[in-house]
Amino acid sequence: MIWLVILAILFWMGSWALNEWLSRQSFGSGFVQRTVNLAIPLLFGVAILVLWEGFTRGLGVPKVLLPPPSMIWERIGNSLPVLWADFQQTFLKAVLAGYVLGCGSGFLVALLCDRSSFLKRGLLPLGNFVSALPIIGVAPIMVMWFGFDWQSKAAVVVIMTFFPMLVNTVQGLSAADHMQRDLMRTYASTWWQTLTKLRLPSAAPFIFNALKINSTLALIGAIVAEFFGTPIVGMGFRISTEVGRMNVDMVWAEIAVAALAGSSFYGLVALIERTVTFWHPSLRRGRT
Amino acid sequence: MNSRGKTIPVLTVISVIVVIWYACVVWMNAPFEYDRAERAGKEIGFSQLVSNTMNQERPVLPAAHQIVEEMYKTIVLKKITSKRSLIYHGWITLSATLLGFVIGTLLGVLLAVGIVHNRAMDKSVMPWVIASQTIPILAIAPMIIVVLNAVGLSGLLPKALISTYLSFFPVVVGMVKGLRSPDQAQLDLMHTYSASTWQTFWKLRWPSSMPYLFTSLKIAIAISLVGAIVGELPTGAVAGLGARLLAGSYYGQTIQIWSALFTAAILAAVLVMIVGLAHAYVLKRMGQKPDGATA
Repeated sequence: MIWLVILAILFWMGSWALNEWLSRQSFGSGFVQRTVNLAIPLLFGVAILVLWEGFTRGLGVPKVLLPPPSMIWERIGNSLPVLWADFQQTFLKAVLAGYVLGCGSGFLVALLCDRSSFLKRGLLPLGNFVSALPIIGVAPIMVMWFGFDWQSKAAVVVIMTFFPMLVNTVQGLSAADHMQRDLMRTYASTWWQTLTKLRLPSAAPFIFNALKINSTLALIGAIVAEFFGTPIVGMGFRISTEVGRMNVDMVWAEIAVAALAGSSFYGLVALIERTVTFWHPSLRRGRT
Repeated sequence: MNSRGKTIPVLTVISVIVVIWYACVVWMNAPFEYDRAERAGKEIGFSQLVSNTMNQERPVLPAAHQIVEEMYKTIVLKKITSKRSLIYHGWITLSATLLGFVIGTLLGVLLAVGIVHNRAMDKSVMPWVIASQTIPILAIAPMIIVVLNAVGLSGLLPKALISTYLSFFPVVVGMVKGLRSPDQAQLDLMHTYSASTWQTFWKLRWPSSMPYLFTSLKIAIAISLVGAIVGELPTGAVAGLGARLLAGSYYGQTIQIWSALFTAAILAAVLVMIVGLAHAYVLKRMGQKPDGATA
């Protein structure tokens, strides 16, 4: 079976050489260039999958250790209802509820901080400090308080997402410079008008940054909180029980779903960011 | 805004939190006390209620002084070798954290150097590095532990690998940014000196990436600790701060959970502070102002 390994390595080297060649070329039209820029990482990903498949099958790696991708794919196809139920429990209930509540309250407290400089000076260092702490550890406490169902996971997500949102929004609200604020003042605009017309738009990049960080944190929080006790459904539950039963392909299937959910959530937020903060220098599409 | 202007507000906020905390202790632990009084057939007065709620053995929310007491008991009074000493458990977590952090940083820097110097690597690897940040990596933690156990690797290394995996990404992203931070004029200057790639790297790129490196290191060390703690969950609650959390949640020992949590928090704060001090020291040696370089 060693020829499978050799084949995989050859494919890897071939795709690497192709990538090396592609990245040195410059194409005239923008469309082709963009397609090529997309194709290079895709080719790299495919090469890794082929390498993985070739090595696990060719060297006969036990499937408990690392199942080949084709087997994981098969498992995903076979257990769609289970995966969907887990996804519903963890993502649609716990993650979304916690994310909305956590980001929303972080945003409101940031507005409060903005009104009172005393509160800001008191809360901001604490918020920065708490962001570095292993907040995930509150999961067992939340499970004890809010029960086994999704509410406790949502609570963990709320706590995890609150502080990044607070810190980033406060930072963003001071992003508008003095000239611009003075201009608003010469227009005799109220605090509220300055907020909605100048400061919130200029804070948007910071707020979206927090939203993007939180989209990952929320999923991690919900999954890890499920390790501490759940009803018999949920992604974290499935991962920990199937690991115990040595059904590693099911675990990988669940991870693939989590990865897909995580990246599409992130992608969605990034897409909204692109449409809302189209004016930001990092997003401007220049012709070079 | 100097640091002196912050002390009073911070202290105020902290004391407000403590007051709310104690109010919550009374409020959340009261049902249990009412229940107990009812079963004993007695009326319970308010002052009695308050003092009882502060001293329950398994409170819903332990009071701050109970946690401090428990931490004092398990950190100072217990022998370090004892299984109930938090220093013993903390050390196990810390060693995994540090090992993972060091490996992760080295790997991250190496990969970043590769990405900066090789165009194909930049185009093919970088999108995956960014995409991998959106994946809930911690979810893989239990599997890595179990799988490595099956191969015969157990103890420190599997946990450290999770920390490695987590701390690796912030370092790659930060270092790529940092190594690219010298502007074109500086690179051109190196070119006029006919400096080799190697020399440009050591004399220009590496020094100018330092602020970025340390900013990433702060994130990396904090997330390494989280990785080590989560890595201890599936091992069946043997040792470490994560194991203390899990064991506490199995047996309803709330005070134990909270004291493990506070120990982890203190550990995280100290680690981030050490990296911060190293940051300030290196920048001072390089002749930059420590505050001028927040990336």
